[in-house]
Amino acid sequence: MAEAQFKVFRGEGAKGELFEFPVEVTEGMVVLDAVQQIQSRHANDLAVRWNCRAGKCGSCSAEVNGKPRLMCMTRMDELSLDVPVLIEPMRGFPHMKDLVTDVSRNYEINKKIRPLTPKPRETDGTYRMQQEDIERIQEFHKCIECFLCQNVCHVIRDHSVKEFAGPRFLIRIASLAMHPLDTLNRLKELKDVFGLGYCNITKCCTEVCPENIKITDNGIIPLKERVAGAFYDPLAWLWKNLTSNSKKIPEKNK
Amino acid sequence: MQRNISIQHPNRSFLETTRIDNWWVGPLLTSIGLLAFIFYSTWAAFQNEHYQWGPYLSPFYAPLLEFEWWPLSPAFLILWAPAGFRFTCYYYRKAYYRSFFLTPSACAVGARPQKYRGERFLLVFQNLHRYFLYIALIFCVILSYDAIVSFSFENGLGVGVGSIIMTLNAVFLTAFTLGCNSLRHLVGGNVDCYSCASFGHQRYQAWKFVSLFNVHHNFWAWISLFWVGFTDLYIRLVSMNIITDYRIL
Amino acid sequence: MESYEVKEHDVLVIGAGGAGLRAAIEASAQGVSVGLVCKSLLGKAHTVMAEGGMAASLSNADPRDNWEVHFRDTIRGGKHINNWQMVEIFCQEAADRVSELEEWGALFDRTKEGLIAQRNFGGHRYPRLAHVGDRTGLELIRTLQNYGIHQGFEVYMECCVVELIKEKDQVCGAFGFWRESGQFIVFKAKSVVLATGGLGKVYRVTSNSWEGTGDGHALAYRAGAELVDMEFVQFHPTGMVWPPSVQGILVTEGVRGEGGILKNSDGKRFMFEYIPDAFAAETSDSEEEASRWLKGDPEARRPPELLTRDVVAKAIRSERIAGRGSPHGGAFLDIASQRDAEYIKKKLPSMYHQFMKLGNLDITSTPMEVGPTCHYVMGGVRVEPETAMTTVKGLFAAGEVAGGLHGANRLGGNSLTDLLVFGARAGFHSAKYSKEIAEALNPSEDLLKKMERFSLEPFDPERTENPYSVMADLQETMEINAGIVRTKDEMEKGLELLQDLKNRGEKVRVEGNRQYNPAWHYALDLKNLLCVAEAITLAALNREESRGGHTREDFPESSEYFQNVNSFISDKEGSMFIENREREPMPEHLEKLL
Repeated sequence: MAEAQFKVFRGEGAKGELFEFPVEVTEGMVVLDAVQQIQSRHANDLAVRWNCRAGKCGSCSAEVNGKPRLMCMTRMDELSLDVPVLIEPMRGFPHMKDLVTDVSRNYEINKKIRPLTPKPRETDGTYRMQQEDIERIQEFHKCIECFLCQNVCHVIRDHSVKEFAGPRFLIRIASLAMHPLDTLNRLKELKDVFGLGYCNITKCCTEVCPENIKITDNGIIPLKERVAGAFYDPLAWLWKNLTSNSKKIPEKNK
Repeated sequence: MQRNISIQHPNRSFLETTRIDNWWVGPLLTSIGLLAFIFYSTWAAFQNEHYQWGPYLSPFYAPLLEFEWWPLSPAFLILWAPAGFRFTCYYYRKAYYRSFFLTPSACAVGARPQKYRGERFLLVFQNLHRYFLYIALIFCVILSYDAIVSFSFENGLGVGVGSIIMTLNAVFLTAFTLGCNSLRHLVGGNVDCYSCASFGHQRYQAWKFVSLFNVHHNFWAWISLFWVGFTDLYIRLVSMNIITDYRIL
Repeated sequence: MESYEVKEHDVLVIGAGGAGLRAAIEASAQGVSVGLVCKSLLGKAHTVMAEGGMAASLSNADPRDNWEVHFRDTIRGGKHINNWQMVEIFCQEAADRVSELEEWGALFDRTKEGLIAQRNFGGHRYPRLAHVGDRTGLELIRTLQNYGIHQGFEVYMECCVVELIKEKDQVCGAFGFWRESGQFIVFKAKSVVLATGGLGKVYRVTSNSWEGTGDGHALAYRAGAELVDMEFVQFHPTGMVWPPSVQGILVTEGVRGEGGILKNSDGKRFMFEYIPDAFAAETSDSEEEASRWLKGDPEARRPPELLTRDVVAKAIRSERIAGRGSPHGGAFLDIASQRDAEYIKKKLPSMYHQFMKLGNLDITSTPMEVGPTCHYVMGGVRVEPETAMTTVKGLFAAGEVAGGLHGANRLGGNSLTDLLVFGARAGFHSAKYSKEIAEALNPSEDLLKKMERFSLEPFDPERTENPYSVMADLQETMEINAGIVRTKDEMEKGLELLQDLKNRGEKVRVEGNRQYNPAWHYALDLKNLLCVAEAITLAALNREESRGGHTREDFPESSEYFQNVNSFISDKEGSMFIENREREPMPEHLEKLL
């Protein structure tokens, strides 16, 4: 049976070392299998998050040979095994232990997003939405919150911009802003609270997304366009001032 | 089994990465491509000659605006518009932020250290992309007109290699423009509920249509960029009598 | 003794899958203070793995559907031993629970009229499953999560509960630790809701994640609660069988719901041979009729691939034993020949993705290889149907950890709705119960000391066993001795082996420190796994008949005696005690629905 070498980052609180382990490779194996093999045979206390093993829960995010990926969806046969496979924790988040990082900031940002505020039900007690109304946001709902996009985004990773929500939460806001039932106008907070302007659409979030969500093209850019329309378009601004006698930004009119 | 290499988490210095693939190839090719085009187009615009031959007109000079009060090449009167369209284009922004600004040059590669402000402050003008789109749409019409004219030779209708090149140029530019993210927003992306909005279904269809081009926006961006330069070069070489335009029909 | 972090809530919910979140939301809505504890990060619970949909008789897809038909289907699918009171509540409240999700942001696929679309599923007479492609569980948990975070309950992520705290016959909190720091935490609560999910990890081939270690079953059992129907474990007929490292991962029943067919190595569509008499009247008996059904002919009967899960799982197993299995020991599940590629990608996107990525196989052109995998436990903690309270005061249970609703076999799609209906009920009634109590009892020092000692034992350097090996051996033992087909001898042998494993479990040794140490977590989970493994085997040995998810080679037929009884397991002076008790007869207005 084939054997591969793995170099795994181990340590606590941002300081650590790379440890080398042998791994017995079997057919169809994924990187998470290898890490679990290491865990059960060589390093019982190796800290790593995982749950579903099928790319549905988004727990086993790590950097494999420098690339942010889900370990359970990275097949061994797509890696070159001539050199040791490097496994590191996500670098965009504060380190805890071994492959585990502190992702709590993501949950804090999520809490800042105002929840869906739906319009009333139809008289028959239902909500009527056509498939074409929800198709766009169903794509965003595919998000498994692996936070790889948050991790790879240079605004967070390299520049540590605190007032930037990050790709995961921008598409979450997009899924609310484009929701056919939602009645809130979320554009001002997108600009001022969630730092939409920090995104420079370099699309690394889209590149790493294991669910293949077109985060930038379908989520962030449309939001930028909406914000541009509301705040940066001189003609639209003129039109708004000429046609409305109140200065209030009207809530979305359904 | 153990090898002691200390590594520091999480911050990495400029261009530092543990990626083992050739991540630098992409941004390098992008820079080469963009620089080549910028140099060529600037040079061609300065030439102020060899931009016309028979029914052909170089797209760098279209529409041809010749005024006595304008001392420079007429190309400069119009080139700002397509240049602005491309400069503020969401795809090109990605391309040059990566390959020139190095923020970041590739994913999971250390970005250029700086006080990062994204597309706020200095770059806030990128939000005017839609205005360049309006102009670009007009250019699509003008270049299509020029493409039609290119079939009308002195001795009547015909098809030259140049006619085909100019037609393709109009097609590629239109395909690029139709994939514009601002256009996608304007035609339907701004609607939240297609089934409740007026003309909702039509706007949904329009949005779908633009989305078809938008998916391959980078492809159309490059092919149209290359082709517009190539069209100019072809007409230039024909006009300089270096090559001869072949009449197919 | 260490000093503990102490947190106090009116209601403590353990587990943050669909049921736990729904319970926390409902309890918060009653105005009490709620704590929600989860072993993983919020939103990672096993609910995300649910694919096909949630069953509710909204009658959007077929106007003939109503709660009564749903009741009939559920009881028949459960082979008549369900707790009918639970089924009645369940079927009546299902539609409301599903449609309120829309208000909280869920986006189900739509019908042409703009209503929630519903799909066919095994055992459901009419298309009944509200769904979002094949990732309904994800939609459910994300909706509850994003709604829940604004309801004011406190979330304790990556926090494990080791034991429930009970004083004066009343549950009054829980003892646990933070995974990150390894520090202990004590929860004081007036009532506790268990929503810990399943126990699939007692088997080797399972669709469950590491979290499915039967914690809630074991916590409740040790707190003195009764477990019901523990012999009924559902083996889902279609798990992946290849490649080996993904063995057991689920292939949604939605594949069959959308028209997928099962074939053996001879290319024969074998399910026609396995139609039980009870279902013959409503199942196609020819490929011709089945294909008319697929085209939407309302007169045609359902294809046999959509028989209940127990039937299909056993059929696949029989084909394999007869030497007609697929190369890797399963059957072929073929949707490529039934639907075009675009349709498959649209309706089953994550299946397409999963096979493409993990199995290197394009399901739009090639059949999948599938085989049975441990998926769900119908049995669980016995609860009051109305209130979801267990037999211990102040302890509630909802979702997979609770037993009774599904009887001998769960219908696909009934699980997600179960989470909502009984999650909400458990939340409501636990809050109500808590309001009636002045103050939570204080746990005694001695008790906490004991729990602390127990939790830290695995760090004793004298110990020798590797927790990973003991767990692997336990899973193998259960696979062989109490698996999909069972015999008396094997199970008796299994009980002996479990004794050995228990002894080994007490010698488990953990290296390293307490901070985020998975070996330690496994060592503590092991105690729960051993407990539920014993309960399953004991109950399976007790039920001398075959019914639903429980198949005895030595008792292949169903028996009338066992149809009328359920098995109950409880702790009697330190050892597991099982008894059969007769069910209350079904009232006439429900009886006639069958």
